[in-house]
Amino acid sequence: MTALGGYLLVAALVFAIGLGGALTRRNAILVLIGIELMLNAANLNLIAFWRYGPHPEALTGMMFAVFSIAVAAAEAAVGLGLVISIYRHTRTTDLDEMNRMKG
Amino acid sequence: MTIVFWILSFLTVLGGLAAVTLRNTVHCALAVAVAFAGLALLYLQLDAQFAGFAQILIYIGAVAILVVFAILLTRGSDTPTDGIFSRTWFAGTAIAAAVFAVLGWAVIQSVHALPHETAAPAVTVNQIGNALLGRYVLPLEIVALLLTAALVGAVMVAMHEKGESK
Amino acid sequence: MQEGMGFTQQLTASSIAQVLWLIPAVPMVASGVIALLKQPRRKLASALAIGSLGFSLLLALFAFGHVVAGWSQGFSVRETVNFTWMQMGTGTVDLGWVLDPLSAVMLVMVTFVGLLIFIYSTGYMAHDENYTRFFCFLSLFAGAMLGVVISNSLLLLFMCWELVGLTSYLLIGFWYQKPSAAAAAKKAFLTTRVGDIFFLLGIVWLFAQTGTLLLYNNGAGSIEPDALIGLLAAHAGWGLSAAGAIALLIFAGAAGKSGQFPLHVWLPDAMEGPTPVSALIHAATMVAAGVYLVARVYPLMAAGGTLSQAGEVAGSTTAALTVVTWVGAGTAVFAALIAVAQNDIKRILAYSTVSQLGYMMAGLGMGGVAVGMFHLITHAFFKALLFMGAGSVIHGCHEEQDIRRMGGLRKEMPVTFATYAIGMLALSGFPLLFSGFWSKDAILESALHWHPSSGPFYLLAFGAMLTAFYMTRQVCYVFFGKYRGHGHAHESPRVMTMPLAILAFFAIALGILGTPAWPWFRAFLEGHAAALEMGKFGEPEFWSLLAISATVVFLGLFLGWWLYDSKSPQAEEPDALEKVAPPVWGWLRDRLYVDEFYVVTVIAFYAWWARVADWLDRRVWGGAVAAVTGAFRALAHFDRFFDTQFVDGTFDKGCEELYSGGGLLARVQNGRVQTYLRLLAVAVVMLAAILIWSSAR
Repeated sequence: MTALGGYLLVAALVFAIGLGGALTRRNAILVLIGIELMLNAANLNLIAFWRYGPHPEALTGMMFAVFSIAVAAAEAAVGLGLVISIYRHTRTTDLDEMNRMKG
Repeated sequence: MTIVFWILSFLTVLGGLAAVTLRNTVHCALAVAVAFAGLALLYLQLDAQFAGFAQILIYIGAVAILVVFAILLTRGSDTPTDGIFSRTWFAGTAIAAAVFAVLGWAVIQSVHALPHETAAPAVTVNQIGNALLGRYVLPLEIVALLLTAALVGAVMVAMHEKGESK
Repeated sequence: MQEGMGFTQQLTASSIAQVLWLIPAVPMVASGVIALLKQPRRKLASALAIGSLGFSLLLALFAFGHVVAGWSQGFSVRETVNFTWMQMGTGTVDLGWVLDPLSAVMLVMVTFVGLLIFIYSTGYMAHDENYTRFFCFLSLFAGAMLGVVISNSLLLLFMCWELVGLTSYLLIGFWYQKPSAAAAAKKAFLTTRVGDIFFLLGIVWLFAQTGTLLLYNNGAGSIEPDALIGLLAAHAGWGLSAAGAIALLIFAGAAGKSGQFPLHVWLPDAMEGPTPVSALIHAATMVAAGVYLVARVYPLMAAGGTLSQAGEVAGSTTAALTVVTWVGAGTAVFAALIAVAQNDIKRILAYSTVSQLGYMMAGLGMGGVAVGMFHLITHAFFKALLFMGAGSVIHGCHEEQDIRRMGGLRKEMPVTFATYAIGMLALSGFPLLFSGFWSKDAILESALHWHPSSGPFYLLAFGAMLTAFYMTRQVCYVFFGKYRGHGHAHESPRVMTMPLAILAFFAIALGILGTPAWPWFRAFLEGHAAALEMGKFGEPEFWSLLAISATVVFLGLFLGWWLYDSKSPQAEEPDALEKVAPPVWGWLRDRLYVDEFYVVTVIAFYAWWARVADWLDRRVWGGAVAAVTGAFRALAHFDRFFDTQFVDGTFDKGCEELYSGGGLLARVQNGRVQTYLRLLAVAVVMLAAILIWSSAR
C-alpha cells in the first residue's frame, strides 16, 4: 500500500460514510451534511493526486480543489435555504414524509 | 503511511461516522466540523497549505455554522419520535457499502500503477494569486457569479413571503 | 295375312287421315277456351262444347265413311300418320295416329254418344252454378278419350290415357264440397293408377324390346309381325315369352280403367259424380278405354297362339288371353251378384257396368276383337241410355236416389219409363229384338267353343241370368207399384228425354249389325266381305244357343217379376230376397267386403308405412339434422368458451399484468429524494464495476 493508495482509501471510506448518511438519515439537513462529506472526500482525492501524481502543471490540482470548495459552499447555502423553506411549508424535515412528487 | 496519517485519518473517519449516526442533530453538525478539521489537517500533511486553510475557513467557518443555523431554524434539535434512520436504512447502508467496495477494489487493483512522486510540488500563495487572476480568471469570475447567484437564491428561497405567518 | 276375299292393305294416308288429329284437338281447344270464360257465360260454354264435339262427330263420320268405302272396295284400311317428337341419342320418341276400322267405329261411337250426353247435360246441370266448369271438363275429357282412340304411339296413348284419368277425377269430384265425392274421386284416381303403373312397365318393356313406340309403322311397328317374332323369342320367366308378359302388363292397365276384379272398387263409388258423368265416363267411354286398349294391342295378346291375327276361334290360345278371359268371366259374375243386393239406382247400374265389362273382356279373350268390340258398342248405347234414364228419374224424384223410396213412376214419367225399359231389355239380352242379345250371344257362342275350358261359358250364362234378375228388380222397384217417396214426381224436360229416345232407337237397331246372318260388324273389323246368309238362322247351332240364352234370360226375368212385382214392397220392409237368405243378402249388399279387405290390407299397410316414414323423418332424418345442429351449437358454445377463457382471458391477463407491472414500476417514482439518490448510487456502482472490470482484464 503506497501513501497515495492510503489516502485514496481514506477518501473512499469518507465518501462511503457520507453516502450512507445521505441515503439513510431521515432529517434533510443530515442528508446535506452527508453530501458535504462526500464533496470533501472528493477534494481529498484531488489533493492526494496533486501531491503524489506527476505535475507538469503544478497548480491544477490545487486550483481544482479550491474551486470545488467554493462551489460546495454555494451549494450548501442554497440547499439549506431550500430546507428551511420547505420546513416553513410542511413543518417537518422528515424526508420520508416528503413524497408529493410521487407518481 | 506515517503515524500522523493514521491518526488524522482515524479522526476524520470517526468524525464522519459520528456525523451520520448521532441522534442529536447538533451533535452531528459538530461532528462534521471535526471531520472537516481532520481533512484540513490532512491537506496540510499533503503540503497543500492553501487548500487546508481554505478548508478551515470555508467549511468549518461557514458551512458548519450554516448547518447549525439551519438546524436551529428547523427545530432539528428536537429528537424525532420514530427513529432517526429511514425505514429502509439497510438498503442505503448496503448501497454505501457497495460503493465503498467498488472504490476500494479499484484502488487496490491499481495500487501498483499509482504514481508516487516524492517531491511535493512547490506552490506558493503568490503563484496561486497570480494564477487566479491570470490563467484562471475566467473560472474565478464564473465562481463569483455562481456565488452571487447562490447568495441571492438562498435569500430568496429562505425569505419570508408576504403575508405568510411564521 | 287376310282370310276371306283377298283384301289388300291400304297404307297410304288419305286426306281425312291427315286431319284426323283435329278430332281430339278441337274439343281440347274448346275446353281451354271455356276455361278462360267467366262463370255466368253458360250458354256460350255449352255451345262451345257441343259445337266442338259435333264438329268432331262430323269428322269421325267422314273418317268412318272413308274406311267403309275402302272396305266395300276390297281394301282393308289402315292409314297411319307418324312423326318424330323428340330425338334422344340414337333413339327417337315418335307420336302418331291411325285410322283403321277399329278406331273408326270407336270414334263414331264416342263422338255420337258423347254428343247426346252433352245435350242431355244442358238440361240436367241447368240448376248447377258450376255449369261452365262442367262443360270445360267434359270437353277436355272428350278430347282426351278421342286421343286414346286414334293414337298409334304407345306414348301418346299413355298421355291421353292419363289425361282421361285426370278428367274423370275432376268430373267424379265435381261436387267437391261433398266429402264423399272428393274421396270417391281420389279413390278412382289411385285405383286406376295402380293399373297404370303396370301399363307403363309394359310400354317401357315393349319399347326396350322392339325399339319403337309406334304400333303400326309400315311393318316396323311394335305389334307388327316382325316385332312379334322377336318378342316371342325373348323369354320372361314363368314360362312366358316377352310378348305374353308385356300383354299381361298392358292388361293390368286395362283392368284398372275397366274396373275388372280386383281393381273394380272405384267404379261404384264414382257414382258420386253427376249422372251425365256416370253416363259418359262409366258407361260408354272411359271404362271402354280398357277394352279398347286390349283390342288395340290384340296382335300382341294373341301372339304365339295359333289364332289368326283376326282372332278366329281355332287352335290354341295364349296365356295372356286365358288370363283376360278368366278375369273377365269372374268379374262378370262377381259384380252381377253384388248388383242384386244394391239399393241405390246408380250403384246397381255401376255394378252392372263392371259385370258387362267383364263380358267384354271375356269376349275379347275367347272370341277376338270383333266379339268384344261389338258388345262394347252396343253396351255403350244402352248403358248410356240406362244412366241417363236413371238421371231423369233422379231429377224427377227431386234428387232421390234410393230405389226403395221410388215406385210407380211409369205413370208420371212415361217417356223415361219406355226408354228405360228398352235399355233394360237390351241389357238383359232379351232375345232377337234387342242389340244386347246379339252381342251377348256372340260372346256366349265363342265361350261355348272355347277349347281350354267351358267354365267361362257357365259363368257367363249364370251372369246373364243374374243380369236379367237384378234389372227386373230395379225396374219393379222404380217404375211399378206405389210411389213411396215424398212429394210429387214429374217428367223431365224434352232436352233430357230426346237423347233417351235416340239412344233407345240405337239400342234396338244396332243389333242388325251383328247377327250371324249378316255379320257386318265382324266383317268390317276383320277386313273381309260380309255376305247376307239368311241360312245361318236355320243352323241347329244357332237354335241351341238361342235356347240356352233365352232360357237363362227368361228365368231371370221371371224370378225378378215373381219376387218383386207381385208383392209391391213397402219402403222400409226388408227385401224379398233378404227374407229368404238373410246372411247371403248381407254379404251381397256389403259388396262382398272387397273394400273392407283393401282397407285392412293395402290401406293399413300403407298407413303403417306412412307412420314408418314419418318416424324416419322425424327421428332419423330429423335426428340427424338435430344432431348436426347440436354439434354446431356445441361447437359454438365451445368457441365462445374458448374465446372468453383463452383469448379474452389471455388478453385480459396480459393487460392486467401490464397494469400491475406498470403499478410496480410506478413505485419507483415515490417522490422521495433518498430513493432517487439510492438508484443513482446503484447505477454508478454498476457502471464503475463494469468499467473497472473491463479495464482490469
